Amino acid sequence: MHLSRGTKEWSDLKLASLQEIRWHGRGGQGAWTASELLAKAAILEGKYIQSFPEFGPERMGAPMRAFTRISDDPINLHCGIYTPGVVGVLDPTLLKTVSVAEGLAEDGVLVVNTRESPVELRKRINLDGRKLWTVPATDIATKILGRPITNTAMLGAVARASGMIDLKSLEKAVGERFPKKLAEKNIEVIREAYKEARSE
Amino acid sequence: MAITKQNLRALNGDEAVAYAVKQSDVDVVAAYPITPQTIIVERFSEYVHNGEVNTEFVCTESEHSALSMSLAASATGARVFTASASAGLALMHEILYVTSGCRAPVVMAIANRALSAPINIHCDHSDSMVERDAGWIQIYVENSQEAYDSTLQAFRIAEHSDLLLPTMVMLDAFFLSHTLESVNILADETVRKFVGTRKIPLIRGHGGKLVPFKLDPENPITMGPLDLHDYYFEHKRQQEEAMQRASGIIKEIHDEYARISGRKYGNGLIEPYRLEDAEIATVCLGSTAGTTKTVVDQLRSKGIKAGLLRLRTYRPYPVEDIINALENVKAIAVMDRSHSFGAQGGPVFHEIRHVLYDASIHPPVVNYIYGLGGRDMPQSLIHEIYKDLQKILETKRVEKPVQFIGVRE
Amino acid sequence: MTTEKKGWKEIPIAGVCWRPTTDYLTGDWRTFKPVRDKEKCNRCLMCHVFCPDGAITWNSETEDIGFNYDYCKGCGICKNECPQEAIEMVLE
Repeated sequence: MHLSRGTKEWSDLKLASLQEIRWHGRGGQGAWTASELLAKAAILEGKYIQSFPEFGPERMGAPMRAFTRISDDPINLHCGIYTPGVVGVLDPTLLKTVSVAEGLAEDGVLVVNTRESPVELRKRINLDGRKLWTVPATDIATKILGRPITNTAMLGAVARASGMIDLKSLEKAVGERFPKKLAEKNIEVIREAYKEARSE
Repeated sequence: MAITKQNLRALNGDEAVAYAVKQSDVDVVAAYPITPQTIIVERFSEYVHNGEVNTEFVCTESEHSALSMSLAASATGARVFTASASAGLALMHEILYVTSGCRAPVVMAIANRALSAPINIHCDHSDSMVERDAGWIQIYVENSQEAYDSTLQAFRIAEHSDLLLPTMVMLDAFFLSHTLESVNILADETVRKFVGTRKIPLIRGHGGKLVPFKLDPENPITMGPLDLHDYYFEHKRQQEEAMQRASGIIKEIHDEYARISGRKYGNGLIEPYRLEDAEIATVCLGSTAGTTKTVVDQLRSKGIKAGLLRLRTYRPYPVEDIINALENVKAIAVMDRSHSFGAQGGPVFHEIRHVLYDASIHPPVVNYIYGLGGRDMPQSLIHEIYKDLQKILETKRVEKPVQFIGVRE
Repeated sequence: MTTEKKGWKEIPIAGVCWRPTTDYLTGDWRTFKPVRDKEKCNRCLMCHVFCPDGAITWNSETEDIGFNYDYCKGCGICKNECPQEAIEMVLE
């Protein structure tokens, strides 16, 4: 998008402890919930948080994005996230049509739901120097939950790949969000995905 | 009063407003859903369903009816809340004037959204800016925490016996309404004490008898009847007098709330940010002020004397406070998230220039129309504005007093 | 990939769209596809009446019902309404 003016000059001025995460999913896959659960887990750790969705046409299956901000200091920013440090992709079919790595910081990490290994996947996508992790989230979710809702699996993988959140906090946030049986299963999903996530 | 114990939660702006309404022992909520205010009424209807509140909840057939019902309920002495946005607020337009004319202290949350056509569900201030003449107190919040805090304060402000003016609390669509943030919630008992119950003042009714200012078969009165040219003007003069009193009262209630919550928003009317020795400054409302604070910090870290003036209370317009705050600034940019087509610039720009006309110093004041229809206002564009201000400072010239920023040419 | 967005000088006024809605083949939103058993079907046309997208039509040449899969979103209302239970929703 061309804006009438704009500059990249200031984008290097990072705010001390601010972390920005972008999630890619299709409507109905739980990317928005993933962004919220991460925020709610971070608030349990005493952080300041923000989480918000961004929809195109609002229908099941349409590509959408969600965002999370985590900081030790109060967050004043109320604009979009353009240079996330972490990007999570809940649906591998999005790789064909969405530039999921756009804006990802130079030292950032991309976490993708796919059966492929990171080495294999890197051949297919344009990632430059940034780090890549993969996790077979759909398989894990289908195995444990019986449904291919990959958000909690992706949370486990992102926790492992980024080190930005404690597993215990995620589990507590999940416990507060879902009824008991479903929460237990989702916690199992998070733990399995945390284990199964691979880097290069 | 000491800062009271609070509970930290992750809530979005709409949920924060709904929670404040829940704690405020509201008697009637009559509302109609419209994106992005829907979460307020949905959440509140859950509280009603679960028996967590003792509120008569009515889903009316339109916003015009929602406000008519709210006005009527308020006139009987009930504490009333409603919410709307964009086209819904526009549909209420006629009744906004009736509500303020009847001096009914209705509290309404507005999730600022653009007006059609084309249809847009995202953030801009067009909907509430156009209602600034309707005689309502207007407060714009910067984040979800302030949305919670201001809703609680709004009941006290509106119902104050020296005011009796309906009050709107504005929060930006999606940037605040649907954005989860860290919100500190006061304890129920603390809110109960702060908000209290609605006290009805006395008024001279039939035969000069002092009766409560509410519709009551025991002491019948009429509110808002036909006025001819011999009395309408006097009634409007009274309304203006109440508005003049509002500034002091808003500040008092803000300060009282600051003592129990530990949170201040400037003096309640305006929030200056690093303005004391600022040479260049912007004036802004709503969530963009937050992003601008970060930009100001970045500029200050490079030794640039930048500042920000956030207007929190828009009606009554804080004339003296604005003049004092901007008095030493050498170049000012006003950011408008709405526009008056055909006028030279947006409403906030007009009113800032207007109050500075009587001030002793006249720095250049320029206007940027931004963010219409939810167009994002990133830090980079705000930096552009401050760069322009620096250029104005150096060259002592204004190239363009009014510009659109962030639009594709 | 999305196309380059236009500036304000290039677009028609009043938000007039430069492409008709029929250009958007909403059939690709589908997860399940309606499949009709021609033996069970008695051509009552209830599916045509209830289809919210107008994606089921009567073809007068073949004298048979036609499903337009370019626009069928797979909502399943036709299967729900068919009195002969002649329609099945099949995962694509």
